[in-house]
Amino acid sequence: MDALLIDRLQFAFTISFHYLFPQLTMGLALLIVIMKVLAIRKKSELYNNSARFWAKIFGINFAVGVVTGIPMEFQFGTNWARFSTFAGGIIGQTLAMEGIFAFFLESSFLGLFLFGEKKLGQVGHLISAILVFLGSWLSGYFIIATDAWMQHPVGYALSPDGAVHLTSFWQLLLNPWALSQYAHNMVGAVITGSFVMAAIGAYYILANRDIDFGKTFIRIGVIAGLTASILAVVPTGDFESRNVANHQGTKFAAMEGLFETKRGAELTLFGQPNVENLKLDNPIAIPRLLSFLTYLDWNAEVKGLDAFPREHWPDNIPLLFYSYHLMIILGIFFIIVMKTAAFYLWKKKLFEMRWLLWILLVSFPLPYIANTAGWMTAEVGRQPWLVYGLMRTTDGISPTVSASSGMFSLIGFIGIYILLGTLFLLLVIRQINRGPATNNLH
Amino acid sequence: MEILWFCILVFMLAMYIVLDVFDLGVGIIHRLIGRKEADRTLLIRTIGPVWDGNEVWLLAAGGTMYFAFPKLYASGFSGFYLPLIIVLWLLIMRGIGIEFRHQIQNSMWKSMWDSVFSFASILLSIFFGAALGNIIRGVPLNQEGYFFEPLWTTFTIVPEAGILDWYTVLMGLVALFTLATHGANYVAMKTECELQQRARDVVKKSWWGVMILSIVAAVATFSIRPDIGRNYHDYPWGYIFPLSGVVSLISMYLFTRRGKDTKAFVSSSIFIAGMLAGTAFGLFPNLLTASTDPDYSITIYNAAAHEYGLSVGIVWWIFGIVLTSGYFIYLYRTFRGKVNATPEEVGY
Ligand code: HDD
Ligand code: HEM
Ligand code: HEM
Repeated sequence: MDALLIDRLQFAFTISFHYLFPQLTMGLALLIVIMKVLAIRKKSELYNNSARFWAKIFGINFAVGVVTGIPMEFQFGTNWARFSTFAGGIIGQTLAMEGIFAFFLESSFLGLFLFGEKKLGQVGHLISAILVFLGSWLSGYFIIATDAWMQHPVGYALSPDGAVHLTSFWQLLLNPWALSQYAHNMVGAVITGSFVMAAIGAYYILANRDIDFGKTFIRIGVIAGLTASILAVVPTGDFESRNVANHQGTKFAAMEGLFETKRGAELTLFGQPNVENLKLDNPIAIPRLLSFLTYLDWNAEVKGLDAFPREHWPDNIPLLFYSYHLMIILGIFFIIVMKTAAFYLWKKKLFEMRWLLWILLVSFPLPYIANTAGWMTAEVGRQPWLVYGLMRTTDGISPTVSASSGMFSLIGFIGIYILLGTLFLLLVIRQINRGPATNNLH
Repeated sequence: MEILWFCILVFMLAMYIVLDVFDLGVGIIHRLIGRKEADRTLLIRTIGPVWDGNEVWLLAAGGTMYFAFPKLYASGFSGFYLPLIIVLWLLIMRGIGIEFRHQIQNSMWKSMWDSVFSFASILLSIFFGAALGNIIRGVPLNQEGYFFEPLWTTFTIVPEAGILDWYTVLMGLVALFTLATHGANYVAMKTECELQQRARDVVKKSWWGVMILSIVAAVATFSIRPDIGRNYHDYPWGYIFPLSGVVSLISMYLFTRRGKDTKAFVSSSIFIAGMLAGTAFGLFPNLLTASTDPDYSITIYNAAAHEYGLSVGIVWWIFGIVLTSGYFIYLYRTFRGKVNATPEEVGY
């Protein structure tokens, strides 16, 4: 394997693993604030104990998020040195702001939130929960603004030495791509948080223990989950697709599986991209719908891959196509599950319907899969560009790091992360088994 | 502008070292003075709420280096690939050592994480010292400004030296002793009774190590990089940095003798910051010196980002650092005072 491939695999592996944790952090941070507000308004120990229980899970999750985040930041320098020399003056800006504005806020107040409830009093404790929430959502914004610049570079000019430099700070910070990506991504994080919360609630009810807590978790999880699942499709998902259609024609054509330019293009639900014969095998499609969804015109022309030179095509079209469709299918599934659950919750029958509780319980991994698939779509679809239209991925790697050094670190990361993941699961399962009832403040 | 950002970078690194390093230092002496499990629990509790915030200084310093001097970030990080990857693994181990230890009430489990935490802290300190050693000694930059160093070659200073040679290992030891002393000062300040006494004993002994090794390292530095004295010769006010280092090293000794732990801790903070600033002053304007051809060196001028980015950076940086100082003051005030043995918070 050559160094380029190993660098890419290492980045893909470490970032996909890292993002498993922040998505729950960001989702739970919001739900914990909601619990804390309810606890204070209703003067309820039930909500307070729930918040303490989730804070423990949050703490374990956060720790793994932190230790896997640090390698991400370093890798820009270690494995992508040419890219860093080229674009560091710009993306370093948002990355440094993430450290200074978001991580300091989040980590300082998480210390206070986890260790200081007695010292701070209830209102102070709520305020620290809100600041942790703000910190984690801000860090999401800065990192997405960084990624958005790579997807859709703005506010830059080329320097004589071949690097790019910043010309407008506000364009970088308020990149339209970042705004829409952020909205969609955060909704995805809330989906993860809600499904996890609902699943643990369902577990307690099915296991016939901590029933009151179980009901509370399900109520919050289902209401937040339904709201977020709908928002993921309209307006945010729709917005994302149009952004891609308008600015990244190759990604759009490949993720929709459209090899030929067409008027009145169909929306493919299932199919198998066949890159050798440049067609989609066994498609199941709804005629004209893609044209309509993208341009609000049943007969609009949609550009297929044939409209672009082959060297600009993404290099892994099947992966791109399947990731995208997996995300969509799961998105629809989430709405159906949460809508059904919300309906029976409203009818006050949900807690007796064991089959539905079982579905809530076993569905918790699916939002993780959907979020990862979404990022795969965004990142694999950006290929062959590292910075869209400006720098190719091939030109971004470190010139002096050999394939064998890369292999050494990749294998090490895989080993350590498997260990980390196992320990994480062990500790979270232990917390769930100990249950929320043991969380009185002495 | 470049000079300003150079100062900011040194400041952030010094903050990282002064703050995070006391928890690294606690790690180094963790198994040494924490004889019983309860002692070690207490030691971890002295750093529990603050270590992550401290470590963010490393990230913030990295981020600052990235956007102010992108070429330095690219060249240094890819050149030091292997040691940096190992540092990352050690940071992972240390972080989960602290966070996972108290999750299960079982002595084997705790003992295991205590050892992981200690091992990772010791190796990290040595690596940080060795990194500084490499920066002082110089690295084999090529014309394009990149290099790659193996972990070690023959341990002598030859053109194809590795990351570890006798000089950088020496610097690693200096760091190990300095950080252990700093951590022990912190423990003495935060605990009582027996543990406090043991921490003071560590300071008293390791102080001699710091002093002797620092002198040896200073001599060694001037012998392999005589030009490091040039800036001092041209701008004698720079002597203030090493001088404040020497003075605070002596005052640390005196304060520890008298049981003034907080003052001793402040002294060791000034010692570390002074030595770091003194080194930076000597190297200026080089960020990464080429051992191959002085013209290939990476300096603050040829590595700096474009003017506009640096000037908007100043605005938000000042704003951000004021906010951050606010959080830190609040955080440390909330957890001020000695930690005691009764677990009182839900976090644990
Ligand atoms: C639970 C999570 C989840 C769900 C249900 C959906 N998405 Fe999504 N999607 C994400 C989670 C996500 C994500 C992980 O958050 C991504 C990756 C990058 C980003 O900003 O969001 C993403 C990216 C992403 C992209 C690529 C953007 C780019 O290239 O930058 C498009 C076009 C869509 N989404 C569209 C949709 C549509 C039309 C959905 C309707 C069913 C949908 N997503 C459901
Ligand atoms: C959590 C979400 C993310 C996931 C799952 C993800 C996934 C991936 C994948 C699969 C690749 C490899 C693509 C390929 O080589 O075909 C990749 C590459 C990369 N991504 Fe992301 N990514 C995420 C977020 C980000 C963010 C936020 C940034 C920037 C700040 C980023 C920057 C990069 C870079 C620099 C590469 C390497 C160059 C390349 O292969 O294009 N990624 N990512
Ligand atoms: C290349 C991309 C990325 C880099 C360089 C990166 C960097 C980091 C670092 C250094 C930390 C540890 C912070 C600390 O010590 O407190 C961290 C944690 C975190 N990251 Fe990432 N990250 C990346 C991708 C992402 C993405 C895509 C998101 C979300 C949209 C995200 C959200 C977070 C959050 C919320 C945390 C807090 C800790 C946690 O939630 O587990 N990161 N990240």
